[in-house]
Amino acid sequence: MKKTASILAGALLSLGLMNAQAATLKMAYDADPVSLDPHEQLSGGTLQLSHMTFDPLLRWTRDLGFEPRLAEKWERIDDLTMRFHLRKGVKFHSGNEFTAKDVAFTFERLRNSADFKGIFSPFKEIKVVDDHTVDLITEKPFPLVLNNATYLFPMDSQYYSGTDANGNPKDMLVKHGNSFASRHLSGTGPYTVTEREQGVKVEFTRNMDYWDKKSPGNVDKIVLTPIKEAPTRVAALLSGDVDFIAPVPPTDHKRIDSSDRANLVTMGGTRIITVQMNQERVEAFKDARVRQAIVHAINQEGIVKKIMKGFATPAAQFSPKGYLGYNEALQPRYDLKKAKQLMKEAGYEKGFTVTMMAPNNRYVNDAKISQAVASMLAKINIKVDLKTMPKAQYWPEFDARAADLMMIGWHADTEDSNNFYEFLAMCPNKETGAGQYNSGNYCNPKVDQLVAQANTETDQAKRAAIMQQIEQIIYDDAGFIPLHWQNLAWAAGKNVDIAPVLNVMNFPYLGDLVVKQ
Amino acid sequence: MIAFLIKRLFQAIVVMFVISLISFSIQDNLGDPLRELVGQSVSEEERQALRDELGLNDPFLVQYGRFARNALQGDLGTSYFFKEPALEVILKKLPATLELVFGATLIIVLLSVPLGVYSAIRPSSLFSRAVMGLSIIGISIPVFLTAIGLIYLFAIELGWMPSYGRGETVDLFNGWWETGFLTGDGLLHLVLPCFTLASIMLPLFIRLIRAEMMEVLQSEYVKFAWAKGISPRRIYFLHALKNTMLPVITVGGVQIGTMVAYTILTETVFQWPGMGFLFLEAVNRVDTPLIVAYLIVVGAIFVITNTIVDLIYGLVNPTVKLAGKK
Repeated sequence: MKKTASILAGALLSLGLMNAQAATLKMAYDADPVSLDPHEQLSGGTLQLSHMTFDPLLRWTRDLGFEPRLAEKWERIDDLTMRFHLRKGVKFHSGNEFTAKDVAFTFERLRNSADFKGIFSPFKEIKVVDDHTVDLITEKPFPLVLNNATYLFPMDSQYYSGTDANGNPKDMLVKHGNSFASRHLSGTGPYTVTEREQGVKVEFTRNMDYWDKKSPGNVDKIVLTPIKEAPTRVAALLSGDVDFIAPVPPTDHKRIDSSDRANLVTMGGTRIITVQMNQERVEAFKDARVRQAIVHAINQEGIVKKIMKGFATPAAQFSPKGYLGYNEALQPRYDLKKAKQLMKEAGYEKGFTVTMMAPNNRYVNDAKISQAVASMLAKINIKVDLKTMPKAQYWPEFDARAADLMMIGWHADTEDSNNFYEFLAMCPNKETGAGQYNSGNYCNPKVDQLVAQANTETDQAKRAAIMQQIEQIIYDDAGFIPLHWQNLAWAAGKNVDIAPVLNVMNFPYLGDLVVKQ
Repeated sequence: MIAFLIKRLFQAIVVMFVISLISFSIQDNLGDPLRELVGQSVSEEERQALRDELGLNDPFLVQYGRFARNALQGDLGTSYFFKEPALEVILKKLPATLELVFGATLIIVLLSVPLGVYSAIRPSSLFSRAVMGLSIIGISIPVFLTAIGLIYLFAIELGWMPSYGRGETVDLFNGWWETGFLTGDGLLHLVLPCFTLASIMLPLFIRLIRAEMMEVLQSEYVKFAWAKGISPRRIYFLHALKNTMLPVITVGGVQIGTMVAYTILTETVFQWPGMGFLFLEAVNRVDTPLIVAYLIVVGAIFVITNTIVDLIYGLVNPTVKLAGKK
């Protein structure tokens, strides 16, 4: 009785507080989530939605550490097993109790998702120990169990069971169909979706029963409107029509910074922009001296300063600072004289002609960057025949390896260096899927061997040493042309305290957002 | 009249068929829809399996045959992005676009007729010259620049107008039509986009009306009317204007169709949830069923507006016989 009374009092108190400070946040992204099904597409938009309406077992903190969410704590049982102790008394939006069964259900569903199965392939199985304990078991010793568990947002297994009006199972996962899960949602997260018109707006309402009573968040309603055009998005913020926007184009940073209505927040990003040199198409690229010459001819700092307006970090390796593989010793090596010298040594003083392709609407300023690269290579007598195209047309060309130089940007889904090497630097292998995006066909067996080693090394320090060695080898081989890491930017009205909930993964924890009245 | 309509209907079917064939054959050049449906790290086999599932690996004629069979039953395919029948998606967005076009047309009619007539009657007055000068500028500024300029001035600097979207709307006809014309907020949201859209056609119509009117004023029957002593107002606004409007109606009909096309830019800048914006997004996402359906719907709009123009033309000028037209 006493307990009930105190719960009631607490509820009244928190309700009272809510009413006193309740705030509405109007925000504009460049796109809205493609689906309410968190497993349909692995994209930034899906993860942003997941963090608003679901909770992961654990999540990243700003300094790339882990913070418990639905898992209160975790412990390593043996080389292959990680045990998660789940939070008790958590309820889904539907009112169902959250238990280990939901985690197992979600895990199995993820393994059937075309997009997410890659992340969960190192796992052998999930074992439900009791109602609030699960074991994740891997095939081999696997260092990234926690990284990958940030992708596990438990879904309400009871809510998603049974069949919908069309007779299809409610948990059916389809890419292009009108499934129950793509239109309905029940998670444990801070917000429920109360209204949604695809491409026009999504309305979120605060989950009054949210388990995290310590969360300072005081926003009880969020209206997300996609605004595709960057100038319109900025105008909407500056005119006060919306309170929070992302992304912010580099050209408008100054204007927002100097405005008395809005604040700009920027952060070094983790998406690397690179150009690959196809050794199978161009004989000269097989010569390490030619590749070295090219890397020495590219002025990363110049590109960042002139084209990116300082809104990027010049790169000389895959791993951004903060990742285990980041090797401090590797710096950009722009040196035109040396580049010419190397070309001479390799016997290509007179140069040659190559083709290049790049997208023009995928990365920030992608077309301009590729033009700069082409003109920089002209200085060492490499004539570049450049073609840029929209991303929809670019990807088929990339798959066909249709040009000698191809641009590609990459963000590691696991926030781990090895992901870069697996997709961009390992010897391309159709069977294993290694080097799927290595259009340069750069291949060094030593790298492949070290990547495999890093994949089973669970000692952080040893693992970091291995991956930094990989960066060194690729750097010495000049395996690709690193350009820069794209920075991230958000902007919000003066009364929106946005900075504390932002992170380098670009999924703002809006449940914890505070809006000053 | 009925013979004319039947003939038009037949023409429309041929037009639709040709459009569907053309749009269907260009879709391979738009890019790979699969890339927009899956994340970056999904393997090539997974993508091929999905492509098979969507029937994208079938030969062109098989795909077109499947499409045509469904189209005859009113099914133009399912949008990849919206996961709903493409035709339904477009029809849901149609009211927003039509209201935008209607608002712009209203502005054009209300402004171009008096301005055009005035500058024809007093061609050398200062006001007429100013109107002509401004219309040159209006014609030569690209529409997205007009839009951004208006947003900057009226939304950011002055804060009078909202910067994007439709604002508050009201459901009509059981939710088949959402209108912004019935709320103050909705009307306010219409102002900037409508003026932007009108800015393309307005100068054209002022100049057209002026030129036609000047020509009509030189004709024998107007001279005779002056000699007869009819009041200037009657001459200008009844006798002269009626003949002036004949070519204007023809051009206007065609231009309304063009305006539907121009909404693509206006809607994109103002994040207007209409058909044009939808189309541009569909192209970016390679949502091919939606692209094909859009082209067919726009083709239908062109055929319909042209038919209506021909009918009105017959009413204004009884000497034109519809059925006899080739």
